[in-house]
Amino acid sequence: MNDQVKFTIDGKQCTAEKNTNLVEAAKMNGIYIPTLCHLEGVKPAGSCRICNVKINGRFMTACTTLVVDGMVIESNTNEIQELRKIIIETLFVSGNHFCPACEKSGNCELQAMGYKYQMMVPRFPYEFEEKEVDAKTTKLYIDRNRCILCKRCVRSIKSKDGKSIFAIKGRGHKAVINIDHKLANQMTDEEAMHAMETCPVGSILRKERGYVDPIGSRKFDHKPIGSEIEETVTVK
Amino acid sequence: MSSLVQSTIEKYGKDATRLMDIITDIKKELGVLGKGEFTEIADQLGLSSVEVEQTYSFYHFFSTDSRAKYNIYLNDSLVSEMMGRHEIAEAFEKSTGTKFGSISSDGLFSLHNTSCIGMNDQEPAAIINGTIFPRITTYRVRELIQQFRAGKEVEDMVNSFGGGKNQSDLIKSMVTNNLNRRGAVIFSNYEPATTLNKLKDLKPEQVIDEVKNSNLRGRGGAGFPTGLKWDFCTKSPGEVRYLLCNADEGEPGTFKDRVILTEIPHLLFEGMIVGGYAISAKEGILYLRMEYDYLKDYLNAILDDFRKAGWLGKNACGIEGFNYDIRIQMGAGAYVCGEESALIESSEGKRGEPRNRPPFPVQVGYLNKPTVVNNVETLCSVVKIIEKGADWYKAMGTKETAGTKLLSISGDVKYPGVFEIEWGMSIDEMLEMAGATNVKAVQVGGPSGRLIGQNEFHRTICYEDLPTGGAMIVIGEHRKILDVVKNFTDFFIEESCGSCAPCRYLTVILRNKLQKIIDGKGVTKDLDDLVMWGEQMKKANRCGLGQTAANPVLTSIENFRSEYETRIEKGKDFDTKFDLNKAIQNSSRYVGRFPQA
Amino acid sequence: MSKPIVATTSLAGCFGCHMSILDIDERILQLIELVDFNKSPVDDIKEFTTMCDIGLIEGGCCNSENVHVLKDFRKNCKILVSVGECAIMGGLPALRNNIPIEECLHEAYLNGPSTKDANPDKILPNNEELPIILDKVYPCHEIVKIDYYLPGCPPRADLIWNALVALVTGDELKLPYEVVKFD
Repeated sequence: MNDQVKFTIDGKQCTAEKNTNLVEAAKMNGIYIPTLCHLEGVKPAGSCRICNVKINGRFMTACTTLVVDGMVIESNTNEIQELRKIIIETLFVSGNHFCPACEKSGNCELQAMGYKYQMMVPRFPYEFEEKEVDAKTTKLYIDRNRCILCKRCVRSIKSKDGKSIFAIKGRGHKAVINIDHKLANQMTDEEAMHAMETCPVGSILRKERGYVDPIGSRKFDHKPIGSEIEETVTVK
Repeated sequence: MSSLVQSTIEKYGKDATRLMDIITDIKKELGVLGKGEFTEIADQLGLSSVEVEQTYSFYHFFSTDSRAKYNIYLNDSLVSEMMGRHEIAEAFEKSTGTKFGSISSDGLFSLHNTSCIGMNDQEPAAIINGTIFPRITTYRVRELIQQFRAGKEVEDMVNSFGGGKNQSDLIKSMVTNNLNRRGAVIFSNYEPATTLNKLKDLKPEQVIDEVKNSNLRGRGGAGFPTGLKWDFCTKSPGEVRYLLCNADEGEPGTFKDRVILTEIPHLLFEGMIVGGYAISAKEGILYLRMEYDYLKDYLNAILDDFRKAGWLGKNACGIEGFNYDIRIQMGAGAYVCGEESALIESSEGKRGEPRNRPPFPVQVGYLNKPTVVNNVETLCSVVKIIEKGADWYKAMGTKETAGTKLLSISGDVKYPGVFEIEWGMSIDEMLEMAGATNVKAVQVGGPSGRLIGQNEFHRTICYEDLPTGGAMIVIGEHRKILDVVKNFTDFFIEESCGSCAPCRYLTVILRNKLQKIIDGKGVTKDLDDLVMWGEQMKKANRCGLGQTAANPVLTSIENFRSEYETRIEKGKDFDTKFDLNKAIQNSSRYVGRFPQA
Repeated sequence: MSKPIVATTSLAGCFGCHMSILDIDERILQLIELVDFNKSPVDDIKEFTTMCDIGLIEGGCCNSENVHVLKDFRKNCKILVSVGECAIMGGLPALRNNIPIEECLHEAYLNGPSTKDANPDKILPNNEELPIILDKVYPCHEIVKIDYYLPGCPPRADLIWNALVALVTGDELKLPYEVVKFD
């Protein structure tokens, strides 16, 4: 087909449909570019910055980049791995991530990134800033201690008439996630569950649900995040 | 439904993209907005309440509580600090009986810090209920607060007018222009409408070609060729296009646009018409920072004159089919909105978060239409280029940097103010021109630029050597570099939009590390960490703010390493400097115990 | 040749990490072939009697005594390892870190459900013998230099075993994906 383009990632020849975003194009070629904010089918935010790759020598986020013919992409170099690790460590110290007590532990994508990049300890000091928990809605509670401001919920979870149920409040390091109580209370059980699943960390939680999967049978207990992409897809 | 919210929303045609204006108007009446207002506005505009709060909470002048009768915003820029901000802040706290960030118990005064308000040539300066109070002394603080307590209005306390148009009926401001040097382009002799009269004899392509030939580059700092930007915009698909003028000069240390907007706004509006004509824009928008709200009525009156003269409106400038008008969009206190895509987002009533690119604004901009965003100074230059020709313009400046540049010079200089120079002047010459002696460092281009020392003063101001948006902060021998760096780093923390994880929090981590060194607790590793972590900021972030937020740290370590080294413990690689006495201080006091630790 | 000497302690921890050390099962017999223990709850030696090669620290520092013990370990151990989430980031005790210390003491001794009626004289523990609580719970590496970190709550027995063997033998440390976990 005409609209197929060729590009390379770390020297590996890849093909994809023109104008596919790079995270997904890589995925189709069996290469995992790590990301925390990207959500398939939703307009990319480019906010977590973990999918940073180098294209023709420039740093770009893969989720906001569309592949074009002849693109030369570096992803798994030491320099980029180090950058990703630093971002992950920044996210760990900027919140209050008490993994042992978290409902999402084992299924959490931030934690899985910590595992993938073998973070034994963040290099930055912990700040332990106070963050508010909002449990005022009937089906969900919002634990801002764990929020990484990826905006997945802001971008994808809408009311029936298209209004945002989640939004950001404040700016900079004081920015937090905010939930519209009225709209949240109109969510169905399925929608509430979907909201919890959309959140990469344990910040949006379905009430009366947690610690469902026993240790050993959780998403990231045995295999690193992204391994399903790198294992299952065979390159053409 | 309160009638205030209702009428304000109707005034803006129930248009959600005008949310900035809606909040501005309501906030002016109420001083603060709460859940009730968010819900009311949201219901009317078809948004959720948290979406309204999302915009509201982003902007400094929205989110700060200004329900007091007198709301005082004191500039906390570096130069304000250098000129004695600390004493002024103390005087305000003492005389109002309240602290910064709160309202006095009698409800009369609120005190707020605020990022650079564009008055670096007359610091310390404050904004009180929208009125600028420059050159404040402790005497003046006491006087103001006493008179306010006695019932005087803010306007009653305007006791002098700055020169030039600051005297005009619609401004009446104490701000002075400090236009210290007129040059051959921006502040040369100006006969209004000379260029507008020529416009009907030129095709839009000819205007673009002339600007391209002049080699004019954007004056905001990035230096993108203006003609090329216009060309890209006209070649993007779509009939409707917009021209936005960036008058959000928020880079601490810059104030040149303030002087243009005061003295020669006709030239700017003329430039906006020329640009609008060149790209066949439907509308021009002047995005004006809230700090310059005191100029708004004056500027609107001039726009009215333009409409009456036929320069704006249907068949503007006598050109059949050129239906073009200009409106003013107020900002609300956010440095990042100076980034062109953030400025577009803000103009659409949203948080000023920079967009991902591509697509670029020239492709998908304001209301998703192709849009050109130009700096104030750029558009002023355009008028003279069309009037006098590209060759005339190109003859000035250096090989790669044509024309003149407005410098905003402040800090430890005899004559702070605006200077129009030809590109190619050296820093040494510049310092001599502004009357600066015993200079330790110059911050070229504001906090996002470079901090240079004497060994670089021979360098020249132009794109091939030292590019700059024009903010020049002169730092005298007696200053401590780390205080400079701390102020700038705090500024970036305050102004980060928070979208990119590294910008949001790595800035805080850098500041804390810097503080450890300032507190005399630093060791060699802390210095290495600052460099290593700071370097990541350049790579990791989306926009110019995030990419340059570590520049003060990085360029100061590069050029003033000894100032760090004198503060750190020598020969020691690692030390946490954990202080047990400090860690048990509170609990000991609380249980009534005095430890012998 | 004398065997490397290991010391262990539990600061503000729950002894779960020490339990996990015991979780190496029959390899414990190999362990005592490999190393000797000095100061440790395992052998109940209370004070250091010799310089040690490896110190394993469980728990973060929540009071002045924790700080003294940790500094003592730093002084007496060539290599110091933070074992478990509490040592690494404060762990569950650090949940109090964004609550003012006054409020914590109030809740614990004056207003808490178990002390409200049991402490009519409103006494806050304040005996010279007692350690003083710190303003927050500190990860160990914010107080002294820590050489290695073994995350987990508790760290998996295999992680502790692999790490110890690598440290003692000088062999390369191999960490299978499944042994490094934060919970």
